[in-house]
Formats: sequence, C-alpha cells, structure tokens
Amino acid sequence: MSPVFYVLAVFTVAGGLAAVLLKNTVHCALALTVAFAGLALLFLNLDAQFVGFAQILIYIGAVAILVVFAILLTRGTETPPTGVFSHSWFVGLVIAAGVFSVLGWAVLQSARNLPQEPAVPSVTVHDIGVALLGRYVLPLEIVALLLTSATIGAVIVAMHEKGRAQ
Amino acid sequence: MASPLTGYLVLAALLFAIGLAGALTRRNAILVLIGIELMLNAANLNLVAFWRFSPHPEALTGMMFAIFSIAVAAAEAAVGLGLVISIYRHAQTTDLDQMNRMKG
Repeated sequence: MSPVFYVLAVFTVAGGLAAVLLKNTVHCALALTVAFAGLALLFLNLDAQFVGFAQILIYIGAVAILVVFAILLTRGTETPPTGVFSHSWFVGLVIAAGVFSVLGWAVLQSARNLPQEPAVPSVTVHDIGVALLGRYVLPLEIVALLLTSATIGAVIVAMHEKGRAQ
Repeated sequence: MASPLTGYLVLAALLFAIGLAGALTRRNAILVLIGIELMLNAANLNLVAFWRFSPHPEALTGMMFAIFSIAVAAAEAAVGLGLVISIYRHAQTTDLDQMNRMKG
C-alpha cells in the first residue's frame, strides 16, 4: 500500500470524524466537504477518474451546498443548550462499534484471498459514455426520471403552504 | 503481503461506522443526513475498490454501480433536506428528540 493511500485515508477519516463530532453545525458541513474531497482523491487514486470528478461535482458542488443552505434556513447554527448528542448516544455508539468490528473482522478474515493489485485498467470516459448509452441506457433513463421527480418533490415539500405563510 | 484492497475495505468500514455513529447519536436532523451521506460514500468506495481490483475492470460493472449510487444519493439528499426544512417550518425545531409525535 502506498503512502499516498495512508495520507488520503487519514484526511478522509479526520474529515468524517469532525463532521460527526463538532458542535457547530456549519463546521460539521465544512468537515463533511473535507471528507468528500478525500473520497474523491481516493477514487482518483483508484484510477476511477470519472467517478472522482463526479464526486467533486455532485458532492462538493451540490450536496454540501444543499446542506449549508438547509442549516442556514433552519437556524441550525445555534447550539442547543441540551447538547448536540441524543440522550441515547451510548447505544448508538455501541451499535456503530459493533458494526465496525464485524465488518473489519470479515475483511481481515478474507484478506488472504483478496487479489493483488492488477494492471491499471485502460478505461476512458469514452468507454463509460458508450456503456451508459448502450448496456446501461434503461437505468440511465430511470435515474433521469428519479432525479426529475426528486427535484420536483423536494420543491413541493419545502414550498410555503398558501394561507399559512407569515 | 496483504492486498491493497484490504486497506480500502477497512477504510470504507471505518467511514461507514463513523457515519452510522453520527446518524444514531446526533440530535440535529441535518447532522443525521450528513451521517447517512457518509455511509453512502463508504459504500461507493467499496464499489470502486472492488471494480479496480476485479479481474475484468473493462466490464465497468462496479463503476456503473457507483455512478448510479451517486445520482440516487443526490436525489435522496435533496428530498431529505426538503423534508427537514418542511418539518422545521411546522415544528420550529430540527431536534429529533423533540419530534416524537406523528400527528404534528
């Protein structure tokens, strides 16, 4: 494993931990952006250029901005006096630790059978485009429909109700 | 010598656990959504890592799965945050511990 992987892994995990642990919600959203950027770099490190740049465009460009908008629209920047963690936080932590230990155990158990690093795949964006409009054209259309309906649905759900607007 | 894939899988498991812990322990609904996004990203990392180490990467299967998963996650984020804003307008709070009624 290359040192680049370790640097990116530490970067991503630090961003994820900060996104979950920080008190100020806006800081959490910024830390989430760091984690997304680390993941995009990991995708690039895995020779998946298209997914890496899609990650930057969609997550850093759209999802992180949406999260910041939602935080500002809901006055989420005020830290509640009762604390930021739920009163059942210990149970959640135990469940997460249990899930991690089971997943890590399963990965390490099968570590011997995992393949060594193969040659760099020669997959270009052209190949991805051909596959998207050939073999995967039906899922692509369904995703287009899903995105359209999700956008309309989100606008309708978040829209001011007439008569109740102040 | 351990395969580099092990590192990616352990990292994805760690990110998933961090996201799960965030989704289960935070009070703010937006932070719960952030935890869910982290979990989705950990799954995407698994998909791309398995694609990279597969015997036939030119089949593009894992990569396509990751691309569609990113698109569905973007739709999920839009609807989820719209719901949070709508609930905030109704209940004036995003604290999940106070949202314990279904009749509003």
